[in-house]
Amino acid sequence: MSILIDKDTKVICQGFTGKQGTFHSQQALDYGTKLVGGVTPERGGEIHLGLPVFNTVQDAVNDTGATASVIYVPPFFAADAILEAVDAGIKLIVCITEGIPILQMLRVKAAMAGTGALLIGPNCPGVITPGSCKIGIMPGHIHLPGSIGIVSRSGTLTYESVHQTTAQGLGQSTCVGIGGDPIHGMNFVDVLSRFQADEQTKGIVMVGEIGGGEEEEAADYIKAHVTKPVVAYIAGQTAPPGKRMGHAGAIVTGGKGTAEGKVAALKAAGIEVVSSPTDIGVAMKGCL
Amino acid sequence: MNIHEYQAKQLFLHYAIPAPDGKQATTPESAEQVAKELGGDGWVVKAQVHAGGRGKVGGVKLAKTLAEVAEFSRDMLGKRLVTKQTGAEGLPINSVLIEKTYPIKRELYLSVLVDRGSERIIFIASAAGGMDIETVAHETPEQIISIPVHPAAGLQGYQCRKVAYALGLKGAQIKALGKIMQGLYDLFLDKDASQIEINPLIETDSGELMALDAKINFDDNAVEAHPDIRAMKDAEQEDEKENKAQQFGLNYITLEGNIGCMVNGAGLAMATMDLVKLKGGQPANFLDVGGGTSVEKVCEAFKLILSDASVKAVLVNIFGGIVQCDIIAAGILAAVEQVHVTIPVVVRLEGTNAEQGRALLSNTGLNLYAADDLAHAAEQVVALAEAA
Repeated sequence: MSILIDKDTKVICQGFTGKQGTFHSQQALDYGTKLVGGVTPERGGEIHLGLPVFNTVQDAVNDTGATASVIYVPPFFAADAILEAVDAGIKLIVCITEGIPILQMLRVKAAMAGTGALLIGPNCPGVITPGSCKIGIMPGHIHLPGSIGIVSRSGTLTYESVHQTTAQGLGQSTCVGIGGDPIHGMNFVDVLSRFQADEQTKGIVMVGEIGGGEEEEAADYIKAHVTKPVVAYIAGQTAPPGKRMGHAGAIVTGGKGTAEGKVAALKAAGIEVVSSPTDIGVAMKGCL
Repeated sequence: MNIHEYQAKQLFLHYAIPAPDGKQATTPESAEQVAKELGGDGWVVKAQVHAGGRGKVGGVKLAKTLAEVAEFSRDMLGKRLVTKQTGAEGLPINSVLIEKTYPIKRELYLSVLVDRGSERIIFIASAAGGMDIETVAHETPEQIISIPVHPAAGLQGYQCRKVAYALGLKGAQIKALGKIMQGLYDLFLDKDASQIEINPLIETDSGELMALDAKINFDDNAVEAHPDIRAMKDAEQEDEKENKAQQFGLNYITLEGNIGCMVNGAGLAMATMDLVKLKGGQPANFLDVGGGTSVEKVCEAFKLILSDASVKAVLVNIFGGIVQCDIIAAGILAAVEQVHVTIPVVVRLEGTNAEQGRALLSNTGLNLYAADDLAHAAEQVVALAEAA
């Protein structure tokens, strides 16, 4: 087993015929993802990458039975795309788009409450179950089917963790990039609870960064509910306060969201926190 | 994005949020003229810079005469103001705000921001105004009230009353505060603000409420949709290198060390800085070159890093995901030659075709080191910077 997605997950792409959508859809198809079609308004009825194009997400769902959608539309159209997917009954929405205004995400999250739909991202690499299904922009070939669940706010640090757990021969069950925006979909706890319940996952890598309080919440959750070994790394220990470090959500304000605070909370919960990002794989192997 | 106090108060005016009568000026003569037009027998001269803590370093002065208005303005204009928020170089004072003064009975605090934890816009208020709110929150949290607003319902009257009573307001002041809060909420939504802070919000001797100071930050992701806000940008108040980086789609932040860093991805860039520090070095910057890593982008990134004279060595850390490492290596090589980089550059490449990439970077006759592992790369760059 894995979490969230497997080889049978039917996926559509919103923003399918655009440059990003086209490139990453081709990569997903090459990887073996069950991509069944895409959505671009006014292009319904066309064939793109050998797959049907639909005008609306509802048309795509009705015709293909897709349960997951990946979004590659520009930032000012992304809130609309997420809510269209929710409205059409898509269960898992993966939004790659970076740069969505925060007030739009605030409204999207309020509108999603109670719908049961899951959102990953925005501003994230996506989700992959190695060997089965790749939804997002991560390089597929660095992954290895295996036993480690990876959850991270950063794309490239997800790849680092993947690379290191692959090099250690551990492989990955599922990797989830939850995204670098301050208001986003699934958080650490949402993913950790699924890794805890997943039989294939034997150990968990959690990569956090400065800003917000989700790592602290995760520490409390792990202490109370997670029995599997967890290795954590927190980026941004040298980041100056009040400066946004690339990600919209990576900022220390009012002394809150510091790396030291997060590391202390995780250590207090008995979690192994590595101080070097190069030690993630070795530390994970050592815990098993 | 930040704006000046005088610009924030102009926006307040549009949203019926009361502020002192005043106007900004760019010369001592016009400052005196502004004071004359405002009338009264006392004025405040406020240096317009994008930083707090002005009062403690002579950036806010009370003038009793028109001559003093001119004198204080002359003292400030054209100088740089160094506050605890600016760094050692300070920020240029290109204009001053001249305002009438009012007899102050009490100083309150009021702000609006997006709370990421609750995913709501929240109002924060305190009767302990005029002080650093973080200190108040830390030392006397019971003096702070916060009110979350549901995006569907919007700000409600009871929420404003709750804040008013917590601040000890009475009678007509309760309605007045409600109008201020509604104005702030509308401004926040209309212009995609990320934070609006009034510290202090004063109660005058006659019981009027007024925003004595005003600070507004806007969501960088939304500024494009607001040309009026974008026009208020004052590039001189921002780091020159950070501004330049933005033009090329690079994320750059100046730090104080001597090891330049060039990395793809924000998380990996932070981790690379941390690793340099862990190995005993000091990073000179944060720099995320993003996904594409074209030759042009890498060239601009090198130019930025090298424009900092304290940089003694550079660490390039690229995890080649979809872009292959040999292509990235060729780009780095071209950039190092084009920009004439002479200080040592350690390159760590990982991902597809990493070996071919490293081979391309070896034996080039340039001051280039291809590292096969990130930990070693960090150690090597620290050693090279120390030897320089």
